[in-house]
Amino acid sequence: MVPADPDDGVMRADLLAGTIAGLDEALAAVDAFDQVLVAGVLRPQPAQAAGLTRLADAVEGTPLAAPAAVAAGRAAAGAATEEHLVVLAAARAAVLGSVHDALMIQIAEATGRAVGKEAASGQPGASQPGASQHRASLLGAGRSWLCDLARSGWRGLDHDVVSGSAPVVSAMLADPVLRRLATLLDGFAAELAACCPGAAAERVPARRWADLWSRAMLLTLPGAAATPVTGTATGRLLPLGVDLHEHATAVQAQVHAVFEPADGTGSRLVRASVCAPKPDTVVGAGVWPLLRPHLSLLAAVSDGRSMDLTDMPVTAEGDLIWSDAHARPGGPADPFATARVALPAAAEAVTAPLDRHPARIAVPVFLEGYAAGTDDDGLVFTVAGHPLAVDDDRVPAAGPLTPEAVAASAACIGLLRWDAGAFSVQPLAVETTGRRAAVHAGEWAGGATGTTGVKAEKAAADAVAVLRERAGRLLRK
Amino acid sequence: MPDWEKSSTARVIPPARPRKLAKAPFVELADGRLQGVVSSGSDIERVYVSSVTAGSYAFACSTNNNRPCGGARGSFCNHIRTLINEAVLQYGAGRVARYLRVELAEPDADSMTAAMSAARPAPDGTRAAATVFSRFLRHLAYLELAPVTTPVPELQWFPPTRMTA
Repeated sequence: MVPADPDDGVMRADLLAGTIAGLDEALAAVDAFDQVLVAGVLRPQPAQAAGLTRLADAVEGTPLAAPAAVAAGRAAAGAATEEHLVVLAAARAAVLGSVHDALMIQIAEATGRAVGKEAASGQPGASQPGASQHRASLLGAGRSWLCDLARSGWRGLDHDVVSGSAPVVSAMLADPVLRRLATLLDGFAAELAACCPGAAAERVPARRWADLWSRAMLLTLPGAAATPVTGTATGRLLPLGVDLHEHATAVQAQVHAVFEPADGTGSRLVRASVCAPKPDTVVGAGVWPLLRPHLSLLAAVSDGRSMDLTDMPVTAEGDLIWSDAHARPGGPADPFATARVALPAAAEAVTAPLDRHPARIAVPVFLEGYAAGTDDDGLVFTVAGHPLAVDDDRVPAAGPLTPEAVAASAACIGLLRWDAGAFSVQPLAVETTGRRAAVHAGEWAGGATGTTGVKAEKAAADAVAVLRERAGRLLRK
Repeated sequence: MPDWEKSSTARVIPPARPRKLAKAPFVELADGRLQGVVSSGSDIERVYVSSVTAGSYAFACSTNNNRPCGGARGSFCNHIRTLINEAVLQYGAGRVARYLRVELAEPDADSMTAAMSAARPAPDGTRAAATVFSRFLRHLAYLELAPVTTPVPELQWFPPTRMTA
């Protein structure tokens, strides 16, 4: 077996195995608060008072210490206002932010890559010009629903509480400025509705729902969801792979890429995203036609090409705010060549303050010379003697990459992630042993190939056609 | 599997399965009901709004103009049967049975329909048709919303899954 060597761009999995001081304590404080939300804060019990105190104690010595202590006290007395609940959400986010930072330091050691020096803009965007009274009242309505959830708790969920979100989400979806929060609330509410009544649920995804709740609470603060553009990008964009996200009524494709500035400054990691609302019956490879017209980069990914950017807006976090007008197709670019040659030298952007959360970690890595095998939890790559879990469930059905291909692979471009106390790698593309053929999760982004892909796209197109026909007849009345 | 309760990306509901929408353009498990919109077999301009309530199996079926369905006077009409069939295609029989609280060892659309009919459910007097129809129109509106190229970091919490309904 080839030992991993940071100089050739291969990640050092051994450096991910070390324990991080304070990590368990931080997560214990988060868990304690998450249990508070399981029962709800309407009539808090002593165990919940303790959980609230635990969270407040975890932010001691920070600017949040005093307000968090007050908020915890009031919540423990069953008298939390919206402001108190916002403070508790912020305290929880701050603790997880520190977990994120500690994990990113460990990841930087493992990848051997530099972290960009440019600090992400710490200021949430000022409220948008033209931010209307209407927008503020929608944010208020969203916050009020989230506070109702906190009071009833996950165990107290019923259809009345959950359905309170529907009018708010509908109104928010129509406003692109509120799209982020609307998309989050929509996916969150669908899950809650599927688990009603909460009292009868077998188990509760406590960490997940507390994450979604606290994140949504913070996004109801005016300006929090703004994505400030801090510069422009001119140079060559070399795609690494496509990461897909979806819930019943939204889908997002994120292309991870190495950007080489034309001015000769150091290359860096960037992302380009496109997110579309969708009916819940449009799934699998059927999502690509919704996304394709808005991101020419998806075609470049399928064609194995680079793109040349001119003055493409970019955020401090490394997110390109894509517009086809600023991009044109470049020459052939094999993602595996990019991963082997360009990835090791590309700097990582600093994550924006509000996005610092372990679930947001998605660091492009290249792995080679591992042994693929399985343990009790599933597929594992053993890299230089160190096991690294493979999250093959995250390989989307919308592409030709399969868990079987991953298990038979010899090289892998992936995203390093962390969840529930452990690192894992999410495969974006693999080279299989023997034939050394590459298979990419995002291969169908620019156009489906093969029977399965073409059939799925056709089925989705038929579904959309039926819905449009129905909408045409019924909406015009 | 890492600890599900401590996972930020725990999979809670499997994605819907694709199905042909011609018979029933809209089906959902919401508000404590299986509810949806079924296309009329004879009139292209007409749709039926049908529902079955979880637990009691109380049922309702009427046109979008609020005329009661002639077939749903004493028992499930064909629209409701179609609704159940299509829901099973979209969500899987297990999830539909759990939601409606139909206790069957190995549920499928036919056995579920038979079990609910055998319970002699009453017509639903709550007049949910208007709500269901407006939820359908809201669902259609998803096609009209413009995509954005600003990132939505919150979707990091919603990874795809190969789990099926």
